[in-house]
Amino acid sequence: MTPAIEVSRLVHRYGTVTAVAGIDLEVSPGECFGLLGPNGAGKTTTMEILEGLLTPTSGQVRILGRTWDEGNGDLRERLGVALQETTLADRLTCLEVIRLFRSFHRRGRDPEEVLAQVGLTDKRDAWVMRLSGGQRQRLALATALVGDPDILFLDEPTTGLDPTARRDLWQVVEDALRRGHTCVLTTHSMEEAERLCQRVAILDHGRVIAQGTPAELVATLGASEVVELATDPPLPPAVFAVVPGVHQALPGPRGARLTVDRSSEVLPELIRHAERQGAALASLDIHRATLDDVFLRLTGRSLEADG
Amino acid sequence: MNPLGQLILARLREFFREPSALFWTYGFPTLLTLALGMAFQNPDPKQVVVAVWPGPDQQRRIDALQADPGIRVEALSEEETRRRFLGARVTMAVSGTRDLVLTYDPRDPEAPATRCRVLQHLREASSEPLLPVQDAPIEAPGARYIDFLVPGLIGMNILSGSMWGIGYALVEARKRKLLKRLAATPMRRGDFLVSFFLARLLFLGTEVAVILAFAMAVFGLEVQGSWAALVLLAATGAMAFGGLGLLAASRTRSTETVAGLMNLIMLPMFVLSGVFFSASRFPDFLQPVIGVLPLTLLNDGLRAVINEGAGLGSVAGPLVALAAGGWIASVVALRIFRWF
Ligand SMILES: Nc1ncnc2c1ncn2[C@@H]1O[C@H](COP(=O)(O)OP(=O)(O)O)[C@@H](O)[C@H]1O
Ligand SMILES: [Mg+2]
Repeated sequence: MTPAIEVSRLVHRYGTVTAVAGIDLEVSPGECFGLLGPNGAGKTTTMEILEGLLTPTSGQVRILGRTWDEGNGDLRERLGVALQETTLADRLTCLEVIRLFRSFHRRGRDPEEVLAQVGLTDKRDAWVMRLSGGQRQRLALATALVGDPDILFLDEPTTGLDPTARRDLWQVVEDALRRGHTCVLTTHSMEEAERLCQRVAILDHGRVIAQGTPAELVATLGASEVVELATDPPLPPAVFAVVPGVHQALPGPRGARLTVDRSSEVLPELIRHAERQGAALASLDIHRATLDDVFLRLTGRSLEADG
Repeated sequence: MNPLGQLILARLREFFREPSALFWTYGFPTLLTLALGMAFQNPDPKQVVVAVWPGPDQQRRIDALQADPGIRVEALSEEETRRRFLGARVTMAVSGTRDLVLTYDPRDPEAPATRCRVLQHLREASSEPLLPVQDAPIEAPGARYIDFLVPGLIGMNILSGSMWGIGYALVEARKRKLLKRLAATPMRRGDFLVSFFLARLLFLGTEVAVILAFAMAVFGLEVQGSWAALVLLAATGAMAFGGLGLLAASRTRSTETVAGLMNLIMLPMFVLSGVFFSASRFPDFLQPVIGVLPLTLLNDGLRAVINEGAGLGSVAGPLVALAAGGWIASVVALRIFRWF
């Protein structure tokens, strides 16, 4: 089966700034692929090259088996795009906007049906300027869906939304994914990537630093849980590296951040170890290892704090 | 420091850091004053023109008026004078054998002062100090100041409407990334730009119709020439200025910059192209420049059609020139146009 998207040795420079520094990707048909990375990692630049909006400095891109030189208009018929931050016309209604975008495609879906799918039926006659942030993002998604695309590109669909609006949008995206669109989405939320994407590439400074399913990437930590603990007085994280069962000890936003296999077995020993150093436990947090922990291990920085 | 002081300071800082505000507050009035000064004050080229019609007293009257450096006296036939009234290129005509007959447009802002001066000079030169005077105000549509003014206002409206409607709107769409979003769809890019021009034509039709209808109803303006020529001139003018707007917007990212660029293009034309007074008042060395400004072409064409009864044939020149200028501007604009 030909991949939906094939990217090799992709490089893009803006003047002297290298935004994309040699990326290889492959996205299979029907899969939702996530580009995960902090601000400035090169996600938007990569997306705009895939969407045929930017010409890369070097490297090859094939979309649905074709390059952008071969199939301009035809290829666009088959893509649905939601850019990071677009303000669609202020004084058009939702339905008018979707009808406009529908008119650009030879074949596509019924605008009212698409509005219903993204949950904007009751806003169909409301002006765009009167929509909330979450509603605008859903409208942007609807403009991408109305051409019934083979590939959906969503650039940071939930950035800037409050948690409720975010979960609503996830629901809408999951629903759209069930219709069988291939999807590429960017995010700096590992939670979002884990929930929506079958596979992710973690980007940092224009490079892919890890690629795979969220489970595979978390498995590279060699540990399944993360313990974050702070002590009084504070101890350097390295102190805990010697405790049996601790795979890695790094500084985190809330004290020492330790990757472990089974926290229930390690925890008593950790507390004893801290006491032996003359420190008492001040706070403790245990959670399943996530992509954020992978990013922290790879870069020494926290994705969430960065984003 | 106290809050009121800080607030005032913040206002002043923001004001002085906004170049276009500075220009509109200080630069534009200065330029306008300068231009009006050139048009109306300079002793030589901005004399008022007074025509003296043939008759037994013609030479005596010419001699009497010639003494005033603010008056340019010309010996003209009545027919030639009436033609010149149409372009506001003569302020007053002197005629009559026994009584002195002064022909002028009472709505011309210069008429009262000119009348005083002419009377004074002629009375001084006359053997009869209480020379009887007859005023012959021009009331015929086509020859009054309002007839001169309305085509100028229409031209100005076409210019600013087309430039703002196309130039500003495009940059606004680029700034909010709407252009980029549209470029990512299969939409034909030409369709999008054509839609701006066609929508502009529709708006323009109503704008011009409203001004004309108002002037016809309230001031008794009459379109003496061909309506087809009028419509074609307005449409061609709108397309030409739309092309200039497109050019100003072709690579500009900020709405402030495009506003500045468009003002730079429009201002000289507002001032020089004879909107409120005849461009012939400007000094001779400026005339070649003024003559090729698109708004001059449009205004002169509109005046020829509305006031002088011109048909399609006689405005073919300005029509072709406007179309060619607009076409060149649009082609260059599309060459360098940037969607995002
Ligand atoms: N138009 C541009 N001109 C110059 N530099 C740019 C431009 N767009 C992005 N960059 C730079 O390229 C890098 C990658 O940006 P971007 O692709 O937007 O990252 P992301 O979407 O992951 O936040 C950043 O350092 C950014 O400052
Ligand atoms: Mg981005």
